[in-house]
Amino acid sequence: MELKTICELPGISGREEPVRMAIYAECVQKLGSENVTIDRMGNVIAHKAGRDATAPHVMLAAHMDEVGLMVLSATEEGLLRVCAIGGIDSRVLVSKRVKVGYGEDALNGVIGAMAIHQQTAEDRKHVLPISQLYVDIGAKDKAEAEAKAPAGTPIVFDTPYTPFGDHKVLVKALDDRVACYNLLRLLDCDVKGDTDFVFTCQEEVGSRGADGAAFRIHPDIGIALEGTSANDVGDVPETARVCTLGKGVAVSFMDRASIAQPELFRQMLQTAEEAGVPHQVKLAVAGGNDSGPMQRARSGARTCVLSVPCRYIHSPSTICDLRDVEAQYQLAKAFLEK
Amino acid sequence: MFELIQQLTNVYGATGRETGVADLIETLLKDKVDSIRRDAMGNLICEKKGSDPNGKRIMLSAHMDHIGFIVAAVEKEGFLRVAPVGGVSVDASRTRHVRFANGVQGVIVQQPVKEGETPAMKHLFIDIGAADEAEALSMIQLGDIALYAPDCFRLGQYRVASPAMDDRVACALQVAVMQELGETRDTVIAVFSTQEEVGCRGAKTAAYSVEPDIGIALDVTCNGDTPETKLPAVKLGEGAAVKIMDRGSISNPELVRDLLAAGERAGVKTQREVLPFGGTDASAIQLSRGGVIAGTVSIPCRYVHSACEVIDLRDVQAAKELLKAYLK
Repeated sequence: MELKTICELPGISGREEPVRMAIYAECVQKLGSENVTIDRMGNVIAHKAGRDATAPHVMLAAHMDEVGLMVLSATEEGLLRVCAIGGIDSRVLVSKRVKVGYGEDALNGVIGAMAIHQQTAEDRKHVLPISQLYVDIGAKDKAEAEAKAPAGTPIVFDTPYTPFGDHKVLVKALDDRVACYNLLRLLDCDVKGDTDFVFTCQEEVGSRGADGAAFRIHPDIGIALEGTSANDVGDVPETARVCTLGKGVAVSFMDRASIAQPELFRQMLQTAEEAGVPHQVKLAVAGGNDSGPMQRARSGARTCVLSVPCRYIHSPSTICDLRDVEAQYQLAKAFLEK
Repeated sequence: MFELIQQLTNVYGATGRETGVADLIETLLKDKVDSIRRDAMGNLICEKKGSDPNGKRIMLSAHMDHIGFIVAAVEKEGFLRVAPVGGVSVDASRTRHVRFANGVQGVIVQQPVKEGETPAMKHLFIDIGAADEAEALSMIQLGDIALYAPDCFRLGQYRVASPAMDDRVACALQVAVMQELGETRDTVIAVFSTQEEVGCRGAKTAAYSVEPDIGIALDVTCNGDTPETKLPAVKLGEGAAVKIMDRGSISNPELVRDLLAAGERAGVKTQREVLPFGGTDASAIQLSRGGVIAGTVSIPCRYVHSACEVIDLRDVQAAKELLKAYLK
């Protein structure tokens, strides 16, 4: 599947079905339906037997869900009150275009707020919380809004895939469709050990999907493939930039979910060196991901995280460098095949 | 006991980097238990079979890891920027001597802060004597962890101060218990766990594979016997503390009763501990699989999470006799 296609599919946490169906179809096409499962949480698990039965069993995880909004209720004027699904800074929301609902029936919408003319000087000093924003779908009243977008309707950012600049792309949901894209490509690898390719759900609300998947699979090694925040902007000092676009795949020694197993961390850096894959060490202890559940399900696993640096992560417009996407793929491939 | 504590507190063992501690403990226990293994998280799991095939499985857990500072970036001038691994504090760290696993030494320093700004981890850096970034990176790597440098010394007649007393004093206690235990009816599994300081991560996976009936964490607890401290009502030198509750778990009441009774049988002093914060491996053991009867035996400790954590040897002795009596 093209990166454009997978990024543009809608799928907030807990409502990943369009992404899941597309991924499932491609997994089945590549590995056969007998090797692909959708578990009760909605994770897609594609299994591939390794060429060496004694090699460690590897689980790779990329999450299908993206951050977004969900409809709570409608006002008398037909505007939608919404809540955030996943970690969203309300400063990035006002005036952004969204799709309300999925598929053919999805509605165009825009996130609204009180116009500048109506704001008092005091209002302008504060950031409006999401509870004071609304989504306008052009409905004439409460009844129409409720009929078209009942409570629980998922909302995603409407930002089409746009290549620009030097090897860069701008689109919604790079976290973590960029890794779903790579994980689908990795299905073709000549894997050394038995490998489970897991497309997880509900990562953005606390790695809930990976919990069940890791328990079921109980791998020896767990590798989370992520999109992580690149803070390589403005006047941020170099030591606080986390990672930098265009410098390659970011390998983490520690984040909030886990401490990378030290030998595995070194092995990843060494594999990258040997295979000539551009790489960088992630320069911050920040963010959580599916490595936590993978590390600590049942009697535990050795884990590590490989990330594509993304600017403006968890916003409607995320940006990455396609060379870093390729580097994540190449490093994971070299590791799986070695 | 002092020598054993000294030996164990002097070994490098950061959270997530506990191999050196596990190696030492393995040499101390290899002839005293029936089996020793390590799992993916690095836990050292030492099992001593009981005489009764229908006996219980009792898991003890003392954590090997020690809080520290992970190198997250290197300045052009060769200074290291760090992030905390576990609950290190800025206050306890200013101009402290630190050391890395490979022996590289450093001084951790706080840069000046703007007026009204609260000093935070981002204001700290480590000076390892490097002239620039390249020299620094030839000495250490990104992801290496600096710890308060070993400095174990006696304080008065009964007390000992050292970094890493949390939780190597309990590792020493657990080693001594296993060395002296002799034959028991129940099977005793001494787990030396990893990554407790970032959320009892090692104990979670160890408890899953050990499948205990009863789990007892051995850890330090805070004190309420120094100026301007009141909680918990635990005093140094007043004996082993049997935990009733902390923020991570409520101890099983029957287990608390049995541990206090064991202390009485052994003729040692005990204290009842209610800690309004903190947590131990008991929190992870208790929630493993279908649930486990769990509690904690604590060694009272002053200045926890500093470079000078102070314990009283008489409390360690009391805890040892209590545990032996309980396990017999």
